[in-house]
Formats: sequence, structure tokens, C-alpha cells
Amino acid sequence: MTHGLTFDVAHLLAGGLVLVSFLMITQHRLYALLNAFALQAVLLALSVAWQANLQHAPHLYVTALIALLFKAVIVPVGLHRIIQRLGIHREIETVIGSGTTMLAGMGLVALSMTVMLKVTPTADPLAREDLAFALSVVLLGLLMMVSRRNAVSQVVGFMSLENGLVLAGTGARGMPLVVEISVAFSILIAFFVIGVFLFRIRERFDTVDVQALDRFRGERR
Amino acid sequence: MELISALLVQLMQMMLVLWAAPLLTGFVRKVKARLQRRQGPPILQPYRDILRLLKKEVVVANNASWIFRVAPYLIFAATWVAAALVPTFAKGLLFSWSADLIAIIALLASARFFLALAGMDIGTAFGGIGSSREMMIASLAEPAMLLVVFTMALVARSTQLSAVADLLASSGVGLRVSLGLAMVGLIIVAIAENGRIPVDNPATHLELTMVHEAMVLEYSGRHLAMIELAAAVKLLLYVSLIGCIFVPWTLAAPGGSTASHLAGFGAYIAKLALFGFLLAVFETAIAKMRVFRLPDFVGGALMLGLLGTLLLFASRSL
Amino acid sequence: MSVVAFLMLCAAALLGVALLAMAASHARAATALVYGASLAICIVGTALSIAALTGRAGAATRLILPLGVPWIGAHFAIDSLSAFFLAVVNIGGAAASLYGLGYGTHEDEPHRVLPFFPAFLAGMNLVVLADDAFSYLLSWEFMSLASWALVIAHHRDAENRRAGFVYLIMASVGTLALLLAFGLLAGPDGHYDFEAIRLGARAPLTSALVLVLVLIGAGSKAGLVPLHAWLPLAHPAAPSHVSALMSGVMTKVAIYAFIRIVFDLAGALPWWSGALLLAVGSLSAVLGVLQALMQDDTKRLLACSTIENIGIIFIGLGLALAFRADGVAAAAALAMTAALLHVLNHSFFKSLLFFGAGAVLTATGDRNMDRLGGLIHRMPVTSFLFLAGCMAISALPPLNGFVSEWLTFQAVLQSPDLPQWALKVMVPAAGGLLALAAALAGAAFVKTFGITFLGRPRSTEAANAKEVDRFSLSAMTLLALLCLIAGIVPGFIMDAVAPITRNLAGAALPLQSKLPWLTIVPSFESGSSYNGLLIFLFIAFSSLLAVWAIHRFASHAIRRAPAWDCGFPDPSPATQYSGSGFAQPIRRVFLTRTPATREQLSMPAPGDMRAARFTLTIADPLWDWLYQPFVSAVEIAALQLNKLQFLTIRRYLSLVFLSLVSLLLVLAIWS
Repeated sequence: MTHGLTFDVAHLLAGGLVLVSFLMITQHRLYALLNAFALQAVLLALSVAWQANLQHAPHLYVTALIALLFKAVIVPVGLHRIIQRLGIHREIETVIGSGTTMLAGMGLVALSMTVMLKVTPTADPLAREDLAFALSVVLLGLLMMVSRRNAVSQVVGFMSLENGLVLAGTGARGMPLVVEISVAFSILIAFFVIGVFLFRIRERFDTVDVQALDRFRGERR
Repeated sequence: MELISALLVQLMQMMLVLWAAPLLTGFVRKVKARLQRRQGPPILQPYRDILRLLKKEVVVANNASWIFRVAPYLIFAATWVAAALVPTFAKGLLFSWSADLIAIIALLASARFFLALAGMDIGTAFGGIGSSREMMIASLAEPAMLLVVFTMALVARSTQLSAVADLLASSGVGLRVSLGLAMVGLIIVAIAENGRIPVDNPATHLELTMVHEAMVLEYSGRHLAMIELAAAVKLLLYVSLIGCIFVPWTLAAPGGSTASHLAGFGAYIAKLALFGFLLAVFETAIAKMRVFRLPDFVGGALMLGLLGTLLLFASRSL
Repeated sequence: MSVVAFLMLCAAALLGVALLAMAASHARAATALVYGASLAICIVGTALSIAALTGRAGAATRLILPLGVPWIGAHFAIDSLSAFFLAVVNIGGAAASLYGLGYGTHEDEPHRVLPFFPAFLAGMNLVVLADDAFSYLLSWEFMSLASWALVIAHHRDAENRRAGFVYLIMASVGTLALLLAFGLLAGPDGHYDFEAIRLGARAPLTSALVLVLVLIGAGSKAGLVPLHAWLPLAHPAAPSHVSALMSGVMTKVAIYAFIRIVFDLAGALPWWSGALLLAVGSLSAVLGVLQALMQDDTKRLLACSTIENIGIIFIGLGLALAFRADGVAAAAALAMTAALLHVLNHSFFKSLLFFGAGAVLTATGDRNMDRLGGLIHRMPVTSFLFLAGCMAISALPPLNGFVSEWLTFQAVLQSPDLPQWALKVMVPAAGGLLALAAALAGAAFVKTFGITFLGRPRSTEAANAKEVDRFSLSAMTLLALLCLIAGIVPGFIMDAVAPITRNLAGAALPLQSKLPWLTIVPSFESGSSYNGLLIFLFIAFSSLLAVWAIHRFASHAIRRAPAWDCGFPDPSPATQYSGSGFAQPIRRVFLTRTPATREQLSMPAPGDMRAARFTLTIADPLWDWLYQPFVSAVEIAALQLNKLQFLTIRRYLSLVFLSLVSLLLVLAIWS
């Protein structure tokens, strides 16, 4: 590749996002999953900030800041508290085994590379690979949502999917209203998280009281 | 004259690999001990251990066969030959064209083959545990290593280590994602193959927690000394490999001046110290995994290697 | 007389020996005579085929005999491809005959084995020599029938009878597929000799159909997934030297059939044919070795390992097809050389391993490794040679298995320049599966050698085993030496194979035997090289240096004592690892979720003195998913068709009338 170091760093950050997505789909413990998601958000923030630098687009710095504050700090910490408060089961049950999940993830990455590189024959090679990585992150997020029985991991999968979309959006030059879209997405996620939990727990136990949960499980925490 | 100096460099490499291996092991142990707020054994302790073992009487089980007595020599020879072919301070070694990366992996596989057989020779349950778990880990670690080698060979267009080091030292490569994935994969494989935490615990000599220790449970005296030395050389081989591929700029070119060779040597010692320190920090920070979580760990390295290879295949046409 | 004529004479001599054996198999010297004669004829055959391969034979290469179908005759010819495979067949046959001189004396029913052994060898030779479709199919069926007779030689065992039945069905299906393939190749004008087929032109759909049919026909004989299920049943059922011939040589004859039809006769094929072969090959490699790991019967394990090695050969052939379709001749030559070298190497070490298994069977009467152990003390030479075979098949340098796997990996590394997207995704996956299969093969053979030969004997037969006779040992020694030589100086073999790749792939690798120090360098641009001789010398030098240093500086004291075993020694040999126990971690990693393995554990409650029971059932999932539904469908169809037996006369007449009318309609519409 004859591109300079700056393009390579952007590429490397995108690859790092894919790597962290793989790390996320192989986690068995909820707290470790949240940590991995925070790492992914940090990498996303770095990647967006680097794009802001490359494209000379200062409004992307705001997107990076939103990603960092909201997704790397507020959401993981908030989810951590919710898990503790509602006493949610901390092991993630999976529908398919971890070996099969990893193989499926590999297949999804191969698929997104094939599709993306076929569909964009005339664009710049590095941008095409970045788009392929972004699509991989989206698909891996969907895989996590589909293959986990735990509500928190499904929410995290949805947010990881959205990270992939942000990566794709910032990678393409000159996409407008990125900041506004990021804020809107973040509020959407907040409502989503709250809604999911209240709905699920109320539907199961007719109450959101933790004591009821303890009695149901037959143990005291 | 050039032939003489090339031969000299190759011989020095072989001796260096042998003499530096226990030093690296001792250094890692010392750093780990310090991180755990202990004094720890002196850095030169592995040399003393080997000398002590050499002087002791060998106790061999009644039903041990000739494989039990010959295996330590074969394991040591295969590991030493493999380590002698990985450039440490100079590249373009005289015999580097006789074995490329794939052959080096196969030499290490031969050593492991004989070690597993030696574990099964006496017919005890412990030896069987060690051998069967070692082959399980190897069945994932070896393909992972091969795929990492593929990634590097696809970037460098050759499997010859000197060519790989040459290409990666040149400026045409840049920071490639596949190489990043390959590096993470290689580190995971190195940890698995050398039996470091989280795969295996090299510090304790309890048999049930071990893979490597269970296989060599019946060995004593000079045989045990050779096996321990071989394990130290294997660790040095992997550290040299990571250094040669990912920090290749300090290797002296073939036929270079004595100054460049000395500079390469100094840089190599620095690389050993750095990677040894990082290894010790990593081992102290993480806990050992359950044996049946290991396939997830090493399988991750396999997936990383496959992903790197896939990326390179896809991007070759761009 | 030309080389072809001489080779035909050898085949005829073998048939003569078979007839003689049929007449006189109860004579006391019959075994020695039959195997001795086969040995002599095979040695002559080997010499002739090597002479033909290296170009030292005369120019005339065809022979047309006035036998068979009148207007075609029987064509026989030899070119570089046939010469190579003839060498493989005859070396394997010579080794098996030499082994049989010793092993055959333990045969209970020699009249069931002696006549068919030379017939089997003759059939294989004729298949490779055949140059037209009829003589080819005739020889192929003859070979299958002779080997079937040998499979059911020990017919008192119900398992062997079932194995023979399954083998017969699979062989018939295979021959049918090949028949249809030749029909398509010959075309509407009916040119059945290979020269004419080579010159004919075909529609792409026809070529694709031919490929699929040959894959079914030759692939089922070679043992490709999903047509492999008969291999683990039939190969162990035959006597051990015949198993060696079936696994080591007959599968190679099937590969010859495949290469001949697909690379030589069918003409240009599209790129996806390579992709199909890659998929089938890599699946066979991994499934074969996983099945091998789960077996406790030594011969069945070796048969499953054959499936794996055939998969590796097909990966090489698939890459060669893909490269050839894209016009990259040098890489196609590399892939084809890798496949051909693995053909030769596998025939060597698989025969060696089967001979060792046969020796163990003779000495202990048992094939199940869970009743063996400690044989290295009782059978030292056999165990040393078996160890050499295990090292060769696990692809350890400096033996020959490593060379062909190295070349296959180099071919995979040349693949990124292939333009098709499907190949770009499949080749890395195939490379990964190949690496996985190689590592698992090492585990399988550590298990085989470790449980069978090392440790403590698990039964009295194992404790009282005796070394086998000189003939068996010399056959094994010969093959072990060949493995070593093929590993140290592979350059000569690669050069011998060059004319084949020049014909079939369009290019040849650079001349290897002139390179310094006998290194092999498959392509000068990449500069990857390997030198088996140097590695061997290096390892020898290092070990001798270590031995000298230890001798000089270390203590010499050695003492024998009971095993340490962490202070808990147990005299019962049942406390050591069993075969299935050794493979359990790998089974847990790779096979837990498949329905193929089922574990049942019944533990008594505390206080109950009943023994605990652990049952492990391992089945091939393809039986239930593929074979069983197929068989049921055939049964249902047969039941329906059975109604045709009970029609009235009027109904039969109306059937005749309808078929006549429809044929006339076809003639009217399409003439």
C-alpha cells in the first residue's frame, strides 16, 4: 500500500474495532462484556477523532466526544448499576457453542468483505476495506443479539451494531448531520435500555421489586 | 573469507541461543517474583539448576524403553536446530535456506511428538494426562501458528524468514491490519506452546495442574536437564521470532561490518529484556484458565490467523 | 518388444500365477511360491515403469490387442502419468508380496487368499495401462471383484461379511458412475479409445457432468467424503497385506483414474471445478482424521487416516485445476507436483503402518489397542519401524510426509492471485483445514504408537507377544528406508514427475536435482526453500554433540527403580490411559455438539456397591443423514417396481405398445 501512515492508522483502528467485536461475542461474563463494549466505544471515539483530523471536519470531534462520554462511560456504568440493582443473572447463556459462534463470526466477516469489495469497484482501496470492516462490525453485533439469551447482551449487541454504523458514516467523507444523528441514536438507546428492562421484569413478575426476584430464585444475595 | 565469516556468524548464533536461553528464563522468573513482592531466585539460578541436574544420578523406571532414554536428546536437538535458524542479531544466516518458517514449526512438532511419546512410555496415568492434553493444545496451536505464518508469508511473498524480516524492515509495508492480527495470534500461540500462564503454570511442579510437567514427571538427572534446557530454548525461539518479525530493523545484514553485528547483538539483548519483562507482567496480571476453556483461547488465535489470511487474499486484487 | 508389451506380459504372468494358485492352493509350498512369484514380477514391473518414467525406454508406447469388442480392440498404452502410477502400484505390490511371504504362513484359509492376491495386482496394473474405455472398465471391475474376494476371505466373522456387502454396493455404484462418465466422454459417435476422446470437443455442461460423475466414481473408490463410509469397514476386514494394498495402492489407482479423466481427457474445465475439489478435499481431510482419532481398532484408525490423506491429495489437485483454469501454469505445476508426491509418499508410509498392524495382529491376535501395550519391549524391530511410519505420516522432517505437505502449503500460498471471489474465500479456509488436519494426524499417531507399543501390557497376549518373521520385517524396513530417502532427496522425484505436469498442467517446476546441496525450491520468485538432507544432518549433528557433551561433563550414573507416579504407583495396568481416554480432550473440543458421539454415564448412588458404567457411542453421522435415506428410497422404489412382476398379459402388451409409440414420437420430433 502506498498510502501514508495516517491512512494506515485509520485502517488499524477499524481493524481493532472488528477484533473487539470478536472479543465481545466470545465473552461469557456480563461484566467482562461491558468492559469490552467500553473498549469498543473508546476505539470508536479514537477512530472518529482521527477521521476528524484527516478530513479536517471539526464537527466529527463532537461525535467522538459523544461516543466517548456516552458509550464508553455512561452506558457501561449505568448498565453495571442496573445489573447489580435488579440482580440479573451474570452468566450469559448462549444458543450456539463458542466454537460455532466464532466460526459464524468468521463467515460473516468473509461475507461482508466479499460483498463490500464487489459492490464498490471504483473507490479507493483503503476506503473499501474500511467499509467492509464497518459492515463486519454491524453483522457481528447482529450475531450477538441473535445468539444470546440475555437481555443485557442483546442491548449491548444493538449498541455495537450502531457503532459499526457510525464507523461507516464517518469513514465516508462529508456525511452531514453526523452529530445530530449520533445524539438521536444515543437518546434512542437510553430509552431502549430502560424500556427493555422495565418491560421484561414487569411482564415476568408483575413487579420491579428486587425482593420478589430473590424470593423467586430461592436465595438471598 | 566471506564464507568463513558467514559460518562464524551461524556458529555464534547457535551458541548464543543455547547460552542465552536459561538467562531469559531466569530473568522472567525474577521479574515475576519482584512484581509479586518477593525476592525471587537469582537471575543465574537456571544455570545452577541445570548443572546440578547434570551431576545427579538418573533414576529410570523398570519398564522404561529406549524411547524414554533417547527422547531428551532428540527433543533438545530438534528445538536447538529450530532456534538456530531464527535470526537473532543477524539475518541471512548461512543455512537459513535449508528451513523456512513451516519447517521450523514442523521441527517443534517433532520435539513435541517425542515428548508426548516419552510421557506415555512408562504407562502411568499422569504421563497420559500430560500427553493427551498437550496434543489437544497442539491440535489448535499448530494450525494457528501455520495460519499466522501464512499471513506473514503472504505479505512478504515468501516463507523464508530472512526474506520476511527484510521486507518488514523496509518501508514499503506500513502498519497493516493483517500484521496486527498476526502479532496478536503469534503471541497467543507463543504463550500456549511454551506453557505459560494462562495455559499452563511453569512455576509449580504439581502434576495435575500441568501439561508439560505431567509428561516429564518420571525424568531425572541429565535427562531432565536436557528437557528443561530445551523448554528454555523454545521460549527463546518464540521471543526471537516475535522480535525478528515485528521489530526487524536492528538485524545486521549478511556480510555487514563487525560494528553492525555488535549493534544487532546489543539490540537483541534489549529485545529479550523487553519481551521478557512484558511476559512477566502479563503472567502476573492474569489467572490460569481451566483446561477446557483453553480451546476458546487458542481457537481465538486460529481465528485471528484465518482472518489475517482472508484479509490478505481479499486485498491482493485491489 | 516395447515397454508396454513387457508390462502386459507381467500382468499376464500375474494372472497365470492366480490360476495356478486356484488349482494348487492347498500345496504346502503354495504360499511361498505365489508370493515369491508376485514379488519377482512386481520387481520387474517396477524397473520397467521407472525406466519408462525417466525416459530410458524405447519410443513405442501403445499396444493394440485383438481382444474384446471387435471394432475397438483393447488398447494399452504408457505415458509419464501411467508410468508413475505403475511404479507406485508395483512398489506397493512388491512390498506386500515380500510381507506376505512371512504373514501368509499364518493364514487359516489360504485358498481364499492366494488366488486373488496376484489377480488383484494384475487388475491394478491393467487399469493403469488401459487406453480405451472398455478395457479400462473391465480392468476396474476385475480389480474391484478381486479385492472384494479378499475382503471376505475371513468370512466367518459377521462384521467382515457386512463389510464385503457394503464394499460391493459402493464399488458397483462407482463403476456405474464411471460407465456413464465414459459414455458422455465418448460422445454420440462412440469413440471409446482415449486418443479419440482427447481430441473430441465437448459442451461445458457435458464436461461438468463428467467431473461430477468421475468424482462419484473414482472418489468413492479413493474414499472421499461423503462416499467414504465403506473404507473403515472394508479395509480392516481384509488380511493385513491386502489392507495395505487397498489403502496404499488401490486408492492411488482411483486417483490415477481421476487425474486421467479430469486433467487429460475431459479438456478445459471451469474454475469452480477446482473450488469443488477443494471443498471436498478439505472436508475429507478433517473428517477423516477426526474419525481416526475416535477409533480403538488399529486397522480401522489407519483406514480413516487414509481418508484424510486422500483429502490432502485432492486439495492439491483442486488447486492445480483452479490454477490451470486461470492460466497460471507454474503454480498449477507446483500444486500437481505436491499431489503426486503425496500419492507416492502415502503409499509408502500407509503400507508400512498396515504391515506393522498386521505384525501386531500376528503376534498378539488382537487389533484393539486397549488390549495391547508394552509391545516395544517384546517386538523391538517392529516398533521401531512402526515409529518411523508414524513419524512419516505426522509430517515430521526429515521424512517424506513433510515434503509433500510443505509443497501443498506453498501451493496454497501462491493462490491469492486467483481472481474469483469464491476461491479467495475458500482457499484460506482450505489452508486452515489442512493445517488442522495435519496437527490432528500427529495426535492420532501419538495415540496409536503410545497406546499400542508403549506403557504396560494390558492383557496376557500383549505380555507374551513375540517378534515376527524376517520377511515381514524386511518388507517394513524397505518401506521405512524409502520413506527416509524420499524425505531427504525429494528433488529427484520432483524431476521425475516433471513430464507429467508438463503434459497436464502446461508447465514444469524448475530442475531440482541440480540445485546446490539438493535443496528444493519450487519457485524462484518466492525463494522459499527446504533442504531435507541438511535438516537431517543438522539434527544428527546436534544430537551427537549433545550426547558427547553429556558424556563428557555429566554424571553417568543410572539406576532402575519402580516408576515414581507421584508416589502412588498402581500395579494394575488398567490405570494407564486407554485409547479413547487419550482422545477425549480432542473429542470434547471438536465433536461434542455433533450427534455422532454420545456419552452415557451411570453412577451408583453413594453406598451402592455396583460398578459405575460409562458408555461411549461413536457413529458416522453420514450413515444416518445420507446413506440410510438413500437406501430407504431405493427400497421403496424397489417395492413399487416389484408390482411389475404381477401384471396381466394385457398390461404387459400395453407397456410394450407405449414404449414403441414414445420412441417413434422421439424420432419424429428430434430427428
